[in-house]
Amino acid sequence: MARFTAEAGSARLFWLRGGRLATGLVSLAVTLLGLLAFTFTLSHLSPVDPVLQIAGDHASESTYAQVRSELGLDQPLLMQFWHYLTHLAHGDLGISRLTNSPVASDLLRTFPATIELATCSMIFGAFFGIVLALVAAWKPGSLVDNLARLVSLLGYSVPVFWLGLLGLLLFYAVLHWSAGPGRLDDIWIYTLEPKTGLVLIDSWLSGDPEMFRNAVAHLWLPVVVLGLLAMAGITRLLRAALLEESSKEYVTLARAKGASRGRILLLHVFPNVRGTLITVLALSYATLLEGSVLTETVFAWPGVGRYMTTALFASDTPAILGSTLLIGGCFILLNALADALTYLTDPRTR
Amino acid sequence: MTQNLTDLELAAPRRRRRPRVTSLAIGGTLVAILLLAALFAPLLAPFDPNAQIISARLLPPSSAHWLGTDGFGRDLLSRVIYGSRPTLLLVSLILLLTIPVGMLVGICAGYLGGWTERVLMRITDIFLSLPNLVIALALVAMLGPGLLNGALALALTSWPPFARQARAETLALRRSDYLAAARMQGINGLRLMFGHILPLCLPSAVVRAALSLGGIILSAAGLGFLGMGVQPPTAEWGSMVAEGSKVIFDQWWVAAAPGGAILFASLAFNLTGDGLRDRLDTRNAN
Amino acid sequence: MPTDSTPLVVADNLTISSAAGVALVKNISFTLGRERVALVGESGSGKSLTARSLMGLLSPALHLQASTLSVAGENALTLSESRWSQLRGSRLAMVMQDPKYALNPMRTIGWQVAEPLKLHARLSRAEIKEKVCEMLDAVGLPQPAQLMQRYPHQLSGGMGQRVMLAIALIADPQFLIADEPTSALDHAMRDQVLALIRRLVEQRNMGLLLISHDLQQVSEHCERVMVMYQGNILDTLPAANLPQATHPYTRTLWSCRPSKATQGKPLPTLDRAALEAYREHD
Repeated sequence: MARFTAEAGSARLFWLRGGRLATGLVSLAVTLLGLLAFTFTLSHLSPVDPVLQIAGDHASESTYAQVRSELGLDQPLLMQFWHYLTHLAHGDLGISRLTNSPVASDLLRTFPATIELATCSMIFGAFFGIVLALVAAWKPGSLVDNLARLVSLLGYSVPVFWLGLLGLLLFYAVLHWSAGPGRLDDIWIYTLEPKTGLVLIDSWLSGDPEMFRNAVAHLWLPVVVLGLLAMAGITRLLRAALLEESSKEYVTLARAKGASRGRILLLHVFPNVRGTLITVLALSYATLLEGSVLTETVFAWPGVGRYMTTALFASDTPAILGSTLLIGGCFILLNALADALTYLTDPRTR
Repeated sequence: MTQNLTDLELAAPRRRRRPRVTSLAIGGTLVAILLLAALFAPLLAPFDPNAQIISARLLPPSSAHWLGTDGFGRDLLSRVIYGSRPTLLLVSLILLLTIPVGMLVGICAGYLGGWTERVLMRITDIFLSLPNLVIALALVAMLGPGLLNGALALALTSWPPFARQARAETLALRRSDYLAAARMQGINGLRLMFGHILPLCLPSAVVRAALSLGGIILSAAGLGFLGMGVQPPTAEWGSMVAEGSKVIFDQWWVAAAPGGAILFASLAFNLTGDGLRDRLDTRNAN
Repeated sequence: MPTDSTPLVVADNLTISSAAGVALVKNISFTLGRERVALVGESGSGKSLTARSLMGLLSPALHLQASTLSVAGENALTLSESRWSQLRGSRLAMVMQDPKYALNPMRTIGWQVAEPLKLHARLSRAEIKEKVCEMLDAVGLPQPAQLMQRYPHQLSGGMGQRVMLAIALIADPQFLIADEPTSALDHAMRDQVLALIRRLVEQRNMGLLLISHDLQQVSEHCERVMVMYQGNILDTLPAANLPQATHPYTRTLWSCRPSKATQGKPLPTLDRAALEAYREHD
């Protein structure tokens, strides 16, 4: 922990305790602005000329110029960026060329599905990841430890889309334990009332037990596949943190008091890796959100990931950039949240 | 946050006994196999990876085709072997771009300090907070798919860890007697930075590179899977898995083989990275 | 308490070697009873390792050998980890060098001081709380009730060291090992803390092994001194006899203490060649 706080301290020499929250927010704003600048730049690199898209290929020069000025493309870049930001503030992310509806509403529609998958996988991965890391750190070098390291190494190295495909092959095609791709079977997909967008909750609320069971049958496989990935990362990093803490002096003193290894691990070492744990969990969640582009394609899960890949194949620029903003924004927010939580739960900073 | 984790990855846990077969040994062997496969692909591959034999479509693994054939009748083993080339090429390109840029930014920030440091580190933090794959996808979507664009896109978000690390090391070195002695001899500025600081930052940069390669390979494969990498008919593992996904339920080997290769490559670099980190850390600890 | 003449620690031919086979502590033998003994030496002499071996806290990479090693009446060479856990804290205790690192930064003082009681005594929560306050008071800390809620980073070095002492003594051990307890403190604090250790050890009729590199400090507070150098015990003598020490190493250590008498003059240094020759004779 000392290493982390030292690292953080050296970068934050000028911050007073009171203004730390404010400065943190400023930092967050700057990072988000950076992301926006990036997507803005990308939109200008689009191979598809937006003017021609509207005016048509055979438009005359004057029509071209007119449409161009309507779109605001003849203004200086900074002005355009400002317009971009103000549009964003009003929730205007452009119109998807594929669905012909506003990108913002498309994203709103698909985001809950991604959140549902990511959250369930996170719970699975966090639970098994923490347990496995504790068991491994309890007796370093033992068979259990080596097995844990092997499992986490494999999970860390496996391509998620491949694992998902093999999972579908085994559990859907061969064993029929999973209901396969998608969130619900076709029979229910049109009768489901999308109240929250989360299929588990919506199917529970609909009162039809068959529908709920079907939702679970569809959900469990992608959750386990993604969860194993999350678990691998969490075990790997948490175990390293636990072992590093275990070499500290206070652990020797605890042993000198007569505390057993298990007690030391749980009651002495574990509270000290709280900061790393929060960070690891936040990063896992962010990685799951980011990996949604791959997993949702494999499992035909109607979330933001699949929305983005469909947009990619169709060169639907506003949709691509809108999804990038959403996922990138979540990533940045999770980073900031982890930092804030680590700071707030450290008794040394109270 | 991601800053803290990149530091943690470099902290090797104390090992009680020296295991006989180290991660470095296994990882190094696997990487060597990978390199050999890429270099000697024409000699190792039994068939031409692009030769389409329509009559031999979707054949299961057999003595003639060890890994079977794909939807165009192409031998999968040959395609998997040849598929190591774009992967390694991509990885080399990314390293060529990220390490120099990252270290340059980090060393300058650490050495020059003041406003330069603040601005450079702010830029580094911004790029560090961006998701690799999604940004790469967006960039490739705009610039067009291909090996070079893919490398550029992935490099864009892969350089920050190197910068952070180089800066941290430079800061530590700034206070060291070694540098003070050099400065007293009149060595300053650029010559100090590149002649003295840079060589000292290289070992941990190598370890960091090895540790991140596994993830980069997975991201590159992801790009390929979504059709944003090397274009067909060139054999590339990610796009091969995508092709195989269409026939996964009946001809599972078409997707299984290239995916296994991706796992192999990622595993190789992760093991090597772990092994290097352990070696480096014990040397530092001693 | 009746005076117990059975020794608390008996070590015979104790050798500690590294994984590579290098002997770090070479065949030393000593006996410790309910007395205040100091183990003095330069860094690298092996004194810390010896101390750790008496509590079974050696790093697993090191190899321990002895013809006899008896600690608090038990054979330390064959003890299981669970038996060690029972002995540590209740019969043997340790105070370490730097409270900044030796105290758990995430736990309150009260929790850390109470832990030996939770592990070794069957007391109610109220009783434990009372004992903790008593102990904190006994080590000279003000306002124990408030202190119990504080965290280690809120304490000064001297206070932290007193807390460590409280942790060590709260379960009434028979033997205390103090591993350079004052090295991390400033000069003014050192004497106070050492005097406190001495007083409490005497009050409770305990044995004390004080590890130090400061001969001056040791001579004032201990009854017996063992001098270590490169893994060997070169000299054992009563603390009162230090000014008249015969061993050249001990004499040099004693005479190179800075004082008013040595002001302005160069301090004597150790002639290591002569020392090696002397040792060869032994």
